[in-house]
Amino acid sequence: MLNVVDLTKSFTAPEGGRVEIVRVPRFELAAGEQRALRGESGSGKTTFLHLIAGILAADGGRAEIDGVDMAALPEAKRDRLRADKLGYIFQTFNLLQGYTVLENVLLGMSFGPRGVDRAHAVEVLGRVGLAHRLGHFPRQLSTGQQQRVAVARALANRPKLVLADEPTGNLDRVSSKEALALIREVCRENGAALLLVSHDDGVLAQFEGMQDFAVINEAKTVRGGVTPPTTTEAAK
Amino acid sequence: MTLPLIIYRSLRQHALSTLITAGSIALACGLLMTVWMVKTQAQAAFVSTSTAFDAVLGARGSKLQLVLNGIFHLEASPGNLAWADYEFIRKHPAVKTAIPIAVGDNLRGYRIVGTVPELFSKVEYAPGKKYELRAGGKIFADSAREAVVGSFAAERLMLKIGDTFQPFHGLAFDEKNQHEETFTVTGILAPTNTPADKVVWIPIKGVQTMSGHDPKAATDVSAVLIQLRAATAGFMLDMMINKQGNRMTLAYPVGAIMTELFGKISWFDRVLALVAYLVALVAAGSVLASIYNSMSARQRDLAILRALGARRRTIFGAVVAEAACIGALGSAAGFGIYFALMAGVAEVIRAQTGVVLNVTAGHAVLWVCPLVMTALCALGGAVPALKAYRTPVAETLAPVS
Repeated sequence: MLNVVDLTKSFTAPEGGRVEIVRVPRFELAAGEQRALRGESGSGKTTFLHLIAGILAADGGRAEIDGVDMAALPEAKRDRLRADKLGYIFQTFNLLQGYTVLENVLLGMSFGPRGVDRAHAVEVLGRVGLAHRLGHFPRQLSTGQQQRVAVARALANRPKLVLADEPTGNLDRVSSKEALALIREVCRENGAALLLVSHDDGVLAQFEGMQDFAVINEAKTVRGGVTPPTTTEAAK
Repeated sequence: MTLPLIIYRSLRQHALSTLITAGSIALACGLLMTVWMVKTQAQAAFVSTSTAFDAVLGARGSKLQLVLNGIFHLEASPGNLAWADYEFIRKHPAVKTAIPIAVGDNLRGYRIVGTVPELFSKVEYAPGKKYELRAGGKIFADSAREAVVGSFAAERLMLKIGDTFQPFHGLAFDEKNQHEETFTVTGILAPTNTPADKVVWIPIKGVQTMSGHDPKAATDVSAVLIQLRAATAGFMLDMMINKQGNRMTLAYPVGAIMTELFGKISWFDRVLALVAYLVALVAAGSVLASIYNSMSARQRDLAILRALGARRRTIFGAVVAEAACIGALGSAAGFGIYFALMAGVAEVIRAQTGVVLNVTAGHAVLWVCPLVMTALCALGGAVPALKAYRTPVAETLAPVS
């Protein structure tokens, strides 16, 4: 499902020179598999997810999703592949505040291969317990409910791979446990692989195949040399 | 569903700035359409009004003044002609109809014009249209103290058949200068949408022999309105009266003189149009500024959309389409402003000249202007759209951990 080979990414440091954030020689995830990566803040795990999702362009290496190398694609095709195959759950949920719960999910679907399927969106929202909140705006929901919307949005497109970046970082312990169980369950139901990154041991303990990101990431800071691309330039 | 939803939600989220910006577009669009339509309609109305007569004969002076005085009942008469001059032109073989008029009095600001009954019985004020009286009315008798009142003047002066009035001396109303004679209204003209509507018509002898007028001018006329048998005759009369003579002026052809007038004041049209174009540009600029200023606030939303799989061109298109929507909304509202302005301007022109503008008339500018405004707004939206296009997704969404 996911096959990462020699994936690298570096940024320009404020004081000049180049800071390498990601250097992952090998990482694999099978279809339907659920894996957690543990990493402290600043360890590059979000960048790693952004590279897999094609939100950032890699400096080198491969990030194959279903056999298609995201890292080798031009930006427009990365956008398309992301919409087709991936679901992304952000730590801060990143819900569109001016849109209703249903619209948030529908918009997520609209860029995908199947297009907008209102009935399915309602069904997914019902699955996460928000059938009665379709017309509400995110600001009218509790943090836990917002998290559920984010989960529903990520899964509504029936993605092959779900990337979850500290998905329970803003929740209390009880809500966190419930949310994680929901994400895992819905992914399982949809046959989607799940790659979750977190620094919360309580979350990580629920995964059998937990890995330390520091182990798979061999990045080291390189200073001086040729002027490296900025983040914005790299994203192009 | 995607694009309309993004546009709708964005407009809703920025409802106040949307309304203000659309308001400025409406003002610009309404103003542009009004300036254009008033210009074209007024020119068409004035030129078509002057088609009833081919020429105006008067005292030596300005041709334009003769036309304005004789046909549009504006301005003062440049002087008088002897009755014999009228008789001369009336009997000229090239002349089909000659209608004498005499001016110099008013009824509470509405011009009193002395003329002959043939004006109402023989002359078509527009092709195929003769003057008609409202029910129960009759044309004044040639030598009686009777009057036929134009529809607009009757409405404003609240005159009806059988009412009497005493004229005031001069073209401007001065209540101290009232004549002794009393005239009786015998007819009210049906609306003609021409300057005749704001005139109080009496027999020419009534003006000539009014108390207080110079007895030496008791047979003089202010001008003679002429219909020719053939257009070529006008050039012959022009040669005879204007070039070989030096006592009278023949204003011929009337339509060309009016067109010349509009040509002379075209600079005013151009200034108005320039102001309207500038307002349109400023309005388009306000769309640019309004959306551009909101870009910081909406960058996160755009980055989220990108992260969900929206392409850069989709984001670019959404912002441009939003700007175009503001333009279209403003243009639609511009029609309200246009109709309000046109109604006001038409009323002023009608009150001042008697010429009626058709407020509901169609013209290409009524669809070209909204389209161009919408396109301008879309163009203005391209600048913030470019900023949206360049939104760095990863940086905007979350700090790198």
